Amino acid sequence: MTSTLTAEQAQAQKEFRAFADRHVVPHADAYHRTQRTPPEIVALLASEGLLGLPVATRYGGGGADAVTLGLLAGELGRACSSLRSLLTVHTMVAHAVARWGSRELKETWLPRLAAGESIGALAVSEPGAGSDAAGVTTRLTRDGDSWLIDGHKTWTTYGETADVFLVLGRSPEGPTAVLVERDTAGLSTELIEDLIGIRASMTADVRLDGCRVPAGHVLARPGLGLSHVVGTALDLGRYTVGWGCVGIVDACLEASVDYAGNRETFGTPIKDHQLVRQMISNMYTDARAARLMCLEAGRLRDEGDPGALAQTSTAKYFASTAASRAAASAVQIHGANGCSSGFPVQRYLGDSRVMEIIEGSSQIHQIGLAEYAFQERALVRHRKAAATPRSEGR
Amino acid sequence: MSIDNKAKIAEYLSRFFPVQDLKDDDDIFQLGFVSSMFAIQLVSFVEHEFGLTIDNDDLELDNFRSVGALDAFVSRKLSAPVAS
Ligand SMILES: Cc1cc2nc3c(=O)[nH]c(=O)nc-3n(C[C@H](O)[C@H](O)[C@H](O)COP(=O)(O)OP(=O)(O)OC[C@H]3O[C@@H](n4cnc5c(N)ncnc54)[C@H](O)[C@@H]3O)c2cc1C
Repeated sequence: MTSTLTAEQAQAQKEFRAFADRHVVPHADAYHRTQRTPPEIVALLASEGLLGLPVATRYGGGGADAVTLGLLAGELGRACSSLRSLLTVHTMVAHAVARWGSRELKETWLPRLAAGESIGALAVSEPGAGSDAAGVTTRLTRDGDSWLIDGHKTWTTYGETADVFLVLGRSPEGPTAVLVERDTAGLSTELIEDLIGIRASMTADVRLDGCRVPAGHVLARPGLGLSHVVGTALDLGRYTVGWGCVGIVDACLEASVDYAGNRETFGTPIKDHQLVRQMISNMYTDARAARLMCLEAGRLRDEGDPGALAQTSTAKYFASTAASRAAASAVQIHGANGCSSGFPVQRYLGDSRVMEIIEGSSQIHQIGLAEYAFQERALVRHRKAAATPRSEGR
Repeated sequence: MSIDNKAKIAEYLSRFFPVQDLKDDDDIFQLGFVSSMFAIQLVSFVEHEFGLTIDNDDLELDNFRSVGALDAFVSRKLSAPVAS
């Protein structure tokens, strides 16, 4: 399964795994119970260079390829989906700045984001706009050399603790993406508690009440905030969420295999019951298939192949639905224990539900995937038409 | 100017539009694009296919409006001196 990795990638994976096992796995259930991410673990991720892994080295980042970033998301996802979500939203913001920020924005923000001195969050969704992000009503009004921002964002992962927000609003030119610092006057956040999953993710409501930011904080251009900026960020977010789901499936499989080997019913470990084995074999298959799809998405991303978009969406859709299947089976295999807080599979179940909603719900991916299928077929049809001489008089 | 480039662009765009032959000056924005990821797919295609980098300054819609406009844009970018 790791045979497609280079020696460096395989070594990085080993290190990520050791980090997750040592620093995250033992504490993830406590984060989940208390619904908090301790600042110390964020500081540790930052000091290990993990938050800046994909940022270019000239800005102080790790300059890692997409496959290596995916491997990190996979190992963090196996340990704690909340922390994996931190990696996701933070790298989405850094990626959007690197891709569409002015030179000045890049020079200011990328070193901070790479070092984890500033944590980034993505504020797109609103109470009235989720899947249909073009429906955001947050208003951006030009006022001299600045923009004034008014609106209400919600479900902002790590919004309660983030230092800088990538906000999607609407200006006269259309959807517009802008960076807003936490200490901007008029910005306030409120923690959303008791979520079904990623309960430690410090997810928040964000209110922007006459926030003033310099005109230079706009990414790309006014009007291109969704099609270019948020589109680019979402594409990376889908990639790391897909990998995070590979981690969830792995965690479900490990927990289920261990439990099934120990728990006895009718005088034998439950691993001997065929119906239990069926659940394990499905999880095992899903774990491998999801990993391969994510690896392929990573490879295409590293090659700059435009097909990476479709592969990333396919991988996210498959891996998140696989995580849902695996978590449901893992709880089933654990019986009543699976319903209790004494075993992590209960956490995986809630986390997996969230994975099918964020970064494009399963339905939104299904719509897009059908579109990719038609696009691929259209190419074949076009080539056939070009190769067939036209009959006269047509 | 660049028949090969033009053919590559036309073939790529033909995936998105339900017309048999995209003319050089057909306005693809007026034809209406079908996928929400179209814009970044197009950026990614142009960068990958022609080995160039699209910057903020290149994001004029006029550069992307038609096969002819994209071809002219690609030729311009390819002949521009590389920024340090
Ligand atoms: C824990 C958590 C963290 C989040 N973090 C962030 C964040 O950091 N930043 C951010 O901006 N947002 C975040 N979100 C919000 C998330 O992006 C949205 O929830 C998601 O886009 C779906 O939007 P919605 O909840 O408004 O559902 P809706 O868009 O209202 O959809 C409701 C249901 O209808 C389905 N549906 C919608 N449209 C169609 C269609 N055309 N065809 C078929 N079915 C359709 C959906 O699949 C879904 O099942 C987070 C959400 C959660 C739960």
